[in-house]
Amino acid sequence: MKQRVDWSPAETLPDRQIVLSLQGIPAGASPSPRVSAIFEAAVAAYLESAEPRALVADISQEAFAKVFDGEGRNAAETPIGAVVPRADALALFVATVGARVTDRTRALFAQNDPALAAMLDAVASGAADRLTQLLAARFPAVPDGGDGRGRVTLGYSPGYCGWHVSGQRALFAYLGADAIGVTVNESCLMHPLKSVSGVLAAGPPGIHRFAPGYEFCTDCRNRTCLGRLQRLFDETSSG
Amino acid sequence: MSLLRDIAASLQRGEDDQVAALVGQALDDGLDPAAILHDGLIAGMAVVGEQFREREIFLPDVLLAARAMYAGLGLLKPLLATGGVPTAGTVVIGSVQGDLHDIGKNLVGIMLTGAGFEVIDLGNDVPPQRFVDAACQHGAGVIGLSALLTTTMPVMKDVVELVRSRGLEGRIKVIVGGAPVSDAWARQIGADAYGYDAASAVERVRALVGAQA
Repeated sequence: MKQRVDWSPAETLPDRQIVLSLQGIPAGASPSPRVSAIFEAAVAAYLESAEPRALVADISQEAFAKVFDGEGRNAAETPIGAVVPRADALALFVATVGARVTDRTRALFAQNDPALAAMLDAVASGAADRLTQLLAARFPAVPDGGDGRGRVTLGYSPGYCGWHVSGQRALFAYLGADAIGVTVNESCLMHPLKSVSGVLAAGPPGIHRFAPGYEFCTDCRNRTCLGRLQRLFDETSSG
Repeated sequence: MSLLRDIAASLQRGEDDQVAALVGQALDDGLDPAAILHDGLIAGMAVVGEQFREREIFLPDVLLAARAMYAGLGLLKPLLATGGVPTAGTVVIGSVQGDLHDIGKNLVGIMLTGAGFEVIDLGNDVPPQRFVDAACQHGAGVIGLSALLTTTMPVMKDVVELVRSRGLEGRIKVIVGGAPVSDAWARQIGADAYGYDAASAVERVRALVGAQA
Protein backbone atom coordinates (compact mmCIF):
# COMPACT_ATOMS: atom_id res chain seq x y z
CA MET A 1 0.00 0.00 0.00
CA LYS A 2 1.26 3.45 -0.91
CA GLN A 3 0.51 6.32 1.41
CA ARG A 4 1.13 10.07 1.44
CA VAL A 5 1.98 11.61 4.80
CA ASP A 6 1.81 15.32 5.62
CA TRP A 7 3.11 16.99 8.77
CA SER A 8 2.96 20.48 10.19
CA PRO A 9 6.43 22.10 10.23
CA ALA A 10 6.31 22.14 14.04
CA GLU A 11 5.96 18.36 14.16
CA THR A 12 9.19 17.97 12.23
CA LEU A 13 11.39 20.39 14.18
CA PRO A 14 14.63 18.69 15.21
CA ASP A 15 16.03 18.80 18.70
CA ARG A 16 18.02 21.97 19.45
CA GLN A 17 21.18 20.06 20.28
CA ILE A 18 21.03 18.20 16.97
CA VAL A 19 20.93 21.50 15.11
CA LEU A 20 23.76 22.94 17.17
CA SER A 21 25.87 19.83 16.64
CA LEU A 22 25.36 20.23 12.88
CA GLN A 23 26.85 23.69 13.38
CA GLY A 24 29.86 22.17 15.10
CA ILE A 25 28.76 23.05 18.63
CA PRO A 26 29.30 20.03 20.85
CA ALA A 27 26.89 18.92 23.55
CA GLY A 28 27.69 20.66 26.81
CA ALA A 29 29.08 23.79 25.15
CA SER A 30 27.29 27.04 25.87
CA PRO A 31 26.56 28.99 22.73
CA SER A 32 26.57 32.77 23.11
CA PRO A 33 23.27 34.65 23.43
CA ARG A 34 23.74 35.89 19.86
CA VAL A 35 24.06 32.33 18.57
CA SER A 36 20.99 31.32 20.57
CA ALA A 37 19.10 34.21 18.99
CA ILE A 38 20.15 33.02 15.54
CA PHE A 39 18.91 29.54 16.37
CA GLU A 40 15.52 30.96 17.35
CA ALA A 41 15.38 33.04 14.16
CA ALA A 42 16.25 29.97 12.09
CA VAL A 43 13.50 27.95 13.76
CA ALA A 44 11.03 30.74 12.98
CA ALA A 45 12.18 30.81 9.35
CA TYR A 46 11.82 27.03 9.15
CA LEU A 47 8.30 27.11 10.58
CA GLU A 48 7.34 29.74 7.99
CA SER A 49 8.78 27.99 4.99
CA ALA A 50 8.78 24.20 5.52
CA GLU A 51 6.26 21.97 3.76
CA PRO A 52 7.11 18.52 5.13
CA ARG A 53 5.59 15.53 3.40
CA ALA A 54 6.39 11.95 2.47
CA LEU A 55 5.42 9.01 0.34
CA VAL A 56 5.79 5.52 1.78
CA ALA A 57 4.96 2.14 0.29
CA ASP A 58 5.22 -1.41 1.55
CA ILE A 59 7.57 -3.58 -0.47
CA SER A 60 8.28 -7.30 -0.49
CA GLN A 61 11.73 -8.80 0.02
CA GLU A 62 11.83 -9.85 -3.64
CA ALA A 63 10.80 -6.47 -4.99
CA PHE A 64 13.25 -4.70 -2.68
CA ALA A 65 16.08 -6.94 -3.85
CA LYS A 66 15.56 -5.59 -7.38
CA VAL A 67 15.36 -1.98 -6.19
CA PHE A 68 18.47 -2.44 -4.06
CA ASP A 69 20.44 -3.92 -6.94
CA GLY A 70 19.68 -0.73 -8.85
CA GLU A 71 22.37 -0.24 -11.44
CA GLY A 72 24.65 -2.90 -9.98
CA ARG A 73 27.02 -0.45 -8.32
CA ASN A 74 26.61 -1.36 -4.64
CA ALA A 75 29.53 -2.48 -2.52
CA ALA A 76 30.06 -6.23 -2.54
CA GLU A 77 29.11 -6.49 1.12
CA THR A 78 26.79 -4.06 2.88
CA PRO A 79 24.98 -3.94 6.21
CA ILE A 80 21.72 -3.50 4.30
CA GLY A 81 22.33 -6.79 2.54
CA ALA A 82 22.49 -8.40 5.98
CA VAL A 83 19.70 -6.45 7.69
CA VAL A 84 16.95 -6.62 5.10
CA PRO A 85 16.64 -10.40 4.64
CA ARG A 86 16.09 -10.72 8.41
CA ALA A 87 13.45 -7.96 8.54
CA ASP A 88 9.80 -8.78 9.16
CA ALA A 89 8.54 -5.93 7.02
CA LEU A 90 9.94 -3.35 4.60
CA ALA A 91 8.74 -0.06 3.17
CA LEU A 92 10.31 2.35 0.69
CA PHE A 93 10.03 6.03 1.42
CA VAL A 94 10.80 9.48 0.11
CA ALA A 95 10.31 12.50 2.35
CA THR A 96 11.07 16.19 2.04
CA VAL A 97 10.82 19.44 3.97
CA GLY A 98 10.12 21.19 0.67
CA ALA A 99 11.93 23.60 -1.62
CA ARG A 100 10.98 26.85 0.09
CA VAL A 101 13.42 26.23 2.95
CA THR A 102 16.33 25.93 0.56
CA ASP A 103 15.14 28.98 -1.36
CA ARG A 104 15.03 30.92 1.90
CA THR A 105 18.53 29.72 2.82
CA ARG A 106 19.93 30.85 -0.50
CA ALA A 107 18.21 34.21 -0.20
CA LEU A 108 19.80 34.73 3.21
CA PHE A 109 23.25 33.96 1.84
CA ALA A 110 22.61 36.41 -1.00
CA GLN A 111 21.62 39.04 1.58
CA ASN A 112 24.96 38.58 3.37
CA ASP A 113 23.39 36.88 6.37
CA PRO A 114 25.46 33.69 6.38
CA ALA A 115 24.96 32.97 10.09
CA LEU A 116 21.19 32.72 9.79
CA ALA A 117 21.47 30.98 6.41
CA ALA A 118 23.75 28.25 7.74
CA MET A 119 21.65 27.81 10.89
CA LEU A 120 18.47 27.48 8.80
CA ASP A 121 20.25 24.92 6.65
CA ALA A 122 21.13 22.97 9.79
CA VAL A 123 17.54 23.13 11.06
CA ALA A 124 16.33 21.83 7.69
CA SER A 125 18.95 19.04 7.65
CA GLY A 126 17.95 17.98 11.14
CA ALA A 127 14.29 18.09 10.18
CA ALA A 128 14.89 15.98 7.06
CA ASP A 129 16.60 13.34 9.21
CA ARG A 130 13.72 13.51 11.65
CA LEU A 131 11.26 12.68 8.87
CA THR A 132 12.79 9.21 8.63
CA GLN A 133 12.31 8.75 12.37
CA LEU A 134 8.71 9.97 12.18
CA LEU A 135 7.98 7.54 9.38
CA ALA A 136 9.66 4.72 11.27
CA ALA A 137 7.57 5.50 14.34
CA ARG A 138 4.33 5.19 12.40
CA PHE A 139 5.44 2.15 10.42
CA PRO A 140 2.44 0.00 11.08
CA ALA A 141 2.63 -3.40 10.79
CA VAL A 142 4.92 -5.16 13.03
CA PRO A 143 3.77 -5.68 16.58
CA ASP A 144 5.76 -7.32 19.28
CA GLY A 145 7.16 -10.50 17.84
CA GLY A 146 6.11 -12.59 20.78
CA ASP A 147 9.55 -12.64 22.32
CA GLY A 148 8.79 -9.67 24.56
CA ARG A 149 11.43 -7.48 22.92
CA GLY A 150 9.30 -5.69 20.40
CA ARG A 151 10.44 -4.59 17.03
CA VAL A 152 12.69 -1.77 15.89
CA THR A 153 12.26 0.10 12.60
CA LEU A 154 15.25 1.91 11.13
CA GLY A 155 15.84 3.57 7.77
CA TYR A 156 18.70 2.91 5.33
CA SER A 157 19.37 5.20 2.39
CA PRO A 158 21.04 5.14 -1.04
CA GLY A 159 24.38 6.89 -0.89
CA TYR A 160 25.21 5.41 2.52
CA CYS A 161 26.55 2.14 3.89
CA GLY A 162 27.47 0.69 0.52
CA TRP A 163 24.10 1.31 -1.16
CA HIS A 164 25.23 3.26 -4.20
CA VAL A 165 23.49 6.57 -4.72
CA SER A 166 22.52 5.48 -8.26
CA GLY A 167 20.01 3.25 -6.47
CA GLN A 168 17.86 6.38 -6.17
CA ARG A 169 16.63 5.84 -9.71
CA ALA A 170 15.09 2.44 -9.02
CA LEU A 171 13.70 3.63 -5.69
CA PHE A 172 12.08 6.69 -7.25
CA ALA A 173 10.70 4.66 -10.15
CA TYR A 174 9.11 2.20 -7.72
CA LEU A 175 7.57 4.93 -5.55
CA GLY A 176 6.60 7.52 -8.14
CA ALA A 177 7.94 10.16 -5.80
CA ASP A 178 7.18 13.01 -8.19
CA ALA A 179 3.65 12.73 -6.76
CA ILE A 180 4.91 14.69 -3.75
CA GLY A 181 7.18 16.91 -5.84
CA VAL A 182 10.49 15.13 -5.23
CA THR A 183 12.68 14.20 -8.19
CA VAL A 184 16.24 13.04 -8.85
CA ASN A 185 18.56 14.59 -11.41
CA GLU A 186 21.16 12.88 -13.59
CA SER A 187 23.58 12.85 -10.65
CA CYS A 188 20.91 11.17 -8.48
CA LEU A 189 20.66 14.33 -6.43
CA MET A 190 17.22 14.84 -4.95
CA HIS A 191 15.25 18.00 -5.49
CA PRO A 192 14.24 19.62 -3.17
CA LEU A 193 17.67 19.34 -1.60
CA LYS A 194 16.42 18.70 1.93
CA SER A 195 14.88 15.34 1.13
CA VAL A 196 15.56 11.83 2.34
CA SER A 197 14.81 8.45 0.84
CA GLY A 198 15.43 4.81 1.54
CA VAL A 199 14.01 1.67 3.01
CA LEU A 200 12.46 1.20 6.43
CA ALA A 201 13.29 -2.20 7.84
CA ALA A 202 11.32 -3.49 10.83
CA GLY A 203 12.36 -6.45 12.89
CA PRO A 204 13.98 -7.60 16.11
CA PRO A 205 16.62 -5.16 17.35
CA GLY A 206 19.42 -7.59 16.64
CA ILE A 207 18.95 -7.41 12.88
CA HIS A 208 20.14 -3.80 12.89
CA ARG A 209 23.38 -4.50 14.70
CA PHE A 210 26.54 -4.61 12.63
CA ALA A 211 30.18 -3.82 13.03
CA PRO A 212 31.14 -0.70 11.05
CA GLY A 213 34.17 -2.36 9.55
CA TYR A 214 33.17 -2.40 5.91
CA GLU A 215 35.56 -1.12 3.28
CA PHE A 216 33.49 2.02 2.70
CA CYS A 217 33.43 2.82 6.42
CA THR A 218 37.03 4.05 6.16
CA ASP A 219 36.08 7.13 4.16
CA CYS A 220 32.74 7.74 5.89
CA ARG A 221 32.58 11.11 7.66
CA ASN A 222 29.06 10.72 8.98
CA ARG A 223 29.48 7.72 11.25
CA THR A 224 25.86 8.23 12.27
CA CYS A 225 25.59 4.45 12.51
CA LEU A 226 27.71 4.51 15.67
CA GLY A 227 25.28 6.66 17.62
CA ARG A 228 22.35 4.76 16.20
CA LEU A 229 23.82 1.41 17.15
CA GLN A 230 24.68 2.70 20.62
CA ARG A 231 21.13 3.95 21.18
CA LEU A 232 19.77 0.65 19.93
CA PHE A 233 22.03 -1.25 22.29
CA ASP A 234 21.10 1.00 25.24
CA GLU A 235 17.37 0.75 24.60
CA THR A 236 17.22 -2.96 24.04
CA SER A 237 19.60 -3.99 26.78
CA SER A 238 17.85 -1.91 29.45
CA GLY A 239 14.45 -3.57 28.91
CA MET B 1 45.78 52.93 15.35
CA SER B 2 42.96 52.65 17.85
CA LEU B 3 40.13 53.02 15.35
CA LEU B 4 41.40 50.07 13.32
CA ARG B 5 41.72 48.02 16.50
CA ASP B 6 38.14 48.94 17.38
CA ILE B 7 37.00 47.78 13.94
CA ALA B 8 38.77 44.46 14.40
CA ALA B 9 37.35 44.04 17.91
CA SER B 10 33.79 44.86 16.83
CA LEU B 11 34.11 42.45 13.94
CA GLN B 12 35.20 39.68 16.32
CA ARG B 13 32.05 40.30 18.34
CA GLY B 14 29.91 40.13 15.18
CA GLU B 15 28.65 43.71 15.55
CA ASP B 16 27.78 44.48 11.96
CA ASP B 17 26.17 47.90 12.55
CA GLN B 18 29.10 48.98 14.71
CA VAL B 19 31.67 47.79 12.15
CA ALA B 20 29.90 49.73 9.40
CA ALA B 21 29.80 52.84 11.60
CA LEU B 22 33.49 52.56 12.51
CA VAL B 23 34.56 51.96 8.91
CA GLY B 24 32.55 55.01 7.89
CA GLN B 25 34.23 57.03 10.62
CA ALA B 26 37.67 55.80 9.53
CA LEU B 27 36.98 56.87 5.96
CA ASP B 28 35.74 60.26 7.17
CA ASP B 29 38.98 60.59 9.13
CA GLY B 30 40.90 60.07 5.89
CA LEU B 31 42.36 56.65 6.65
CA ASP B 32 43.58 54.64 3.70
CA PRO B 33 40.88 52.13 2.60
CA ALA B 34 43.57 49.47 2.15
CA ALA B 35 44.69 49.96 5.76
CA ILE B 36 41.10 49.74 7.00
CA LEU B 37 40.71 46.50 5.05
CA HIS B 38 43.95 44.85 6.12
CA ASP B 39 44.47 46.21 9.63
CA GLY B 40 40.81 46.35 10.57
CA LEU B 41 38.62 43.81 8.79
CA ILE B 42 41.14 41.15 7.76
CA ALA B 43 43.02 41.46 11.04
CA GLY B 44 39.76 40.89 12.90
CA MET B 45 38.85 37.91 10.76
CA ALA B 46 42.32 36.46 11.28
CA VAL B 47 41.70 36.39 15.03
CA VAL B 48 38.26 34.87 14.46
CA GLY B 49 39.79 32.20 12.21
CA GLU B 50 42.40 31.37 14.81
CA GLN B 51 39.80 31.12 17.58
CA PHE B 52 37.73 28.85 15.33
CA ARG B 53 40.71 26.61 14.62
CA GLU B 54 41.38 26.38 18.35
CA ARG B 55 37.67 25.56 18.92
CA GLU B 56 37.28 28.56 21.19
CA ILE B 57 34.34 29.73 19.09
CA PHE B 58 31.96 27.95 16.73
CA LEU B 59 30.79 28.26 13.16
CA PRO B 60 27.87 30.61 13.91
CA ASP B 61 30.28 33.00 15.66
CA VAL B 62 32.51 32.96 12.60
CA LEU B 63 29.56 33.68 10.34
CA LEU B 64 28.39 36.54 12.55
CA ALA B 65 31.87 38.00 12.21
CA ALA B 66 31.66 37.43 8.46
CA ARG B 67 28.40 39.36 8.34
CA ALA B 68 30.11 42.21 10.16
CA MET B 69 33.01 42.01 7.72
CA TYR B 70 30.62 42.29 4.77
CA ALA B 71 29.05 45.36 6.39
CA GLY B 72 32.44 47.07 6.40
CA LEU B 73 33.54 45.66 3.08
CA GLY B 74 30.45 47.07 1.40
CA LEU B 75 31.70 50.57 2.19
CA LEU B 76 35.28 49.86 1.18
CA LYS B 77 34.82 47.93 -2.05
CA PRO B 78 34.04 50.87 -4.36
CA LEU B 79 37.13 52.65 -3.07
CA LEU B 80 39.34 49.57 -3.22
CA ALA B 81 38.27 48.87 -6.80
CA THR B 82 39.43 52.28 -7.97
CA GLY B 83 42.60 52.16 -5.88
CA GLY B 84 43.96 48.92 -7.34
CA VAL B 85 44.61 47.48 -3.87
CA PRO B 86 46.26 44.06 -4.13
CA THR B 87 44.47 41.08 -2.60
CA ALA B 88 45.89 37.85 -1.21
CA GLY B 89 44.97 36.32 -4.56
CA THR B 90 41.96 35.42 -6.64
CA VAL B 91 40.11 32.14 -6.24
CA VAL B 92 37.34 30.81 -8.46
CA ILE B 93 34.97 28.53 -6.55
CA GLY B 94 31.86 26.54 -7.35
CA SER B 95 29.99 23.28 -6.94
CA VAL B 96 30.69 21.01 -9.88
CA GLN B 97 28.31 20.15 -12.68
CA GLY B 98 25.37 18.07 -11.51
CA ASP B 99 25.73 19.17 -7.90
CA LEU B 100 23.33 21.71 -6.45
CA HIS B 101 24.70 21.79 -2.92
CA ASP B 102 26.25 25.10 -2.04
CA ILE B 103 26.42 25.57 1.72
CA GLY B 104 29.95 24.18 2.08
CA LYS B 105 31.15 26.08 -0.93
CA ASN B 106 29.61 29.27 0.45
CA LEU B 107 31.40 28.80 3.76
CA VAL B 108 34.72 28.38 1.98
CA GLY B 109 34.02 31.56 0.02
CA ILE B 110 33.27 33.48 3.21
CA MET B 111 36.43 32.26 4.91
CA LEU B 112 38.56 33.05 1.86
CA THR B 113 37.09 36.55 1.64
CA GLY B 114 37.84 37.02 5.32
CA ALA B 115 41.43 36.01 4.66
CA GLY B 116 41.78 38.73 2.04
CA PHE B 117 41.22 36.75 -1.13
CA GLU B 118 39.13 37.93 -4.03
CA VAL B 119 36.52 35.22 -4.50
CA ILE B 120 34.70 34.60 -7.77
CA ASP B 121 31.77 32.36 -6.84
CA LEU B 122 30.30 30.64 -9.89
CA GLY B 123 27.47 29.06 -7.89
CA ASN B 124 26.47 25.44 -8.34
CA ASP B 125 26.06 23.01 -11.25
CA VAL B 126 29.14 24.55 -12.91
CA PRO B 127 30.59 22.78 -16.00
CA PRO B 128 34.38 22.27 -16.17
CA GLN B 129 34.95 24.75 -18.97
CA ARG B 130 33.30 27.54 -17.00
CA PHE B 131 35.70 27.06 -14.09
CA VAL B 132 38.73 27.31 -16.34
CA ASP B 133 37.35 30.16 -18.42
CA ALA B 134 36.54 32.14 -15.27
CA ALA B 135 39.99 31.51 -13.80
CA CYS B 136 41.62 32.81 -16.98
CA GLN B 137 39.28 35.78 -17.22
CA HIS B 138 39.85 36.90 -13.62
CA GLY B 139 43.51 35.94 -13.41
CA ALA B 140 42.78 33.46 -10.64
CA GLY B 141 45.60 31.30 -9.35
CA VAL B 142 43.33 28.77 -7.72
CA ILE B 143 40.13 26.93 -8.63
CA GLY B 144 38.16 25.49 -5.71
CA LEU B 145 35.80 22.63 -6.51
CA SER B 146 33.05 21.34 -4.24
CA ALA B 147 31.09 18.09 -4.62
CA LEU B 148 28.73 16.39 -2.22
CA LEU B 149 27.90 13.37 -4.32
CA THR B 150 30.01 10.44 -5.44
CA THR B 151 28.30 10.76 -8.82
CA THR B 152 29.58 14.30 -9.32
CA MET B 153 33.11 13.77 -8.03
CA PRO B 154 34.40 12.68 -11.49
CA VAL B 155 33.70 16.20 -12.76
CA MET B 156 36.58 17.32 -10.54
CA LYS B 157 38.89 15.15 -12.58
CA ASP B 158 37.52 16.71 -15.76
CA VAL B 159 38.47 20.16 -14.44
CA VAL B 160 41.99 19.03 -13.53
CA GLU B 161 42.45 17.52 -16.98
CA LEU B 162 41.08 20.62 -18.67
CA VAL B 163 43.57 22.80 -16.80
CA ARG B 164 46.35 20.50 -18.03
CA SER B 165 45.11 20.26 -21.60
CA ARG B 166 45.07 24.04 -21.85
CA GLY B 167 48.65 24.20 -20.61
CA LEU B 168 47.68 26.01 -17.39
CA GLU B 169 49.11 23.47 -14.96
CA GLY B 170 51.23 25.24 -12.38
CA ARG B 171 49.68 28.61 -13.15
CA ILE B 172 46.22 27.53 -11.98
CA LYS B 173 46.06 25.19 -9.00
CA VAL B 174 43.03 23.09 -8.17
CA ILE B 175 41.77 22.37 -4.67
CA VAL B 176 38.88 19.97 -4.02
CA GLY B 177 36.55 19.40 -1.10
CA GLY B 178 33.15 18.10 -0.01
CA ALA B 179 31.76 15.33 2.16
CA PRO B 180 32.67 12.32 -0.03
CA VAL B 181 35.98 13.80 -1.16
CA SER B 182 39.23 12.73 0.44
CA ASP B 183 42.92 13.47 0.26
CA ALA B 184 43.38 10.18 -1.56
CA TRP B 185 40.81 11.22 -4.16
CA ALA B 186 42.58 14.56 -4.64
CA ARG B 187 45.85 12.75 -5.27
CA GLN B 188 44.20 10.21 -7.54
CA ILE B 189 42.80 12.85 -9.89
CA GLY B 190 45.93 15.01 -9.77
CA ALA B 191 44.42 17.91 -7.84
CA ASP B 192 46.91 20.16 -6.07
CA ALA B 193 45.21 20.12 -2.67
CA TYR B 194 42.33 18.86 -0.58
CA GLY B 195 40.40 20.95 1.93
CA TYR B 196 38.81 18.91 4.70
CA ASP B 197 36.70 21.86 5.81
CA ALA B 198 36.42 25.59 5.21
CA ALA B 199 39.18 26.50 7.65
CA SER B 200 41.65 24.00 6.22
CA ALA B 201 40.71 25.06 2.69
CA VAL B 202 41.89 28.58 3.47
CA GLU B 203 45.20 27.25 4.76
CA ARG B 204 45.66 25.10 1.68
CA VAL B 205 44.81 27.95 -0.68
CA ARG B 206 47.32 30.15 1.13
CA ALA B 207 49.94 27.46 0.62
CA LEU B 208 49.05 27.06 -3.05
CA VAL B 209 49.28 30.80 -3.67
CA GLY B 210 52.56 30.91 -1.75
CA ALA B 211 53.89 28.08 -3.87
CA GLN B 212 53.13 30.07 -7.01
CA ALA B 213 54.90 33.20 -5.81
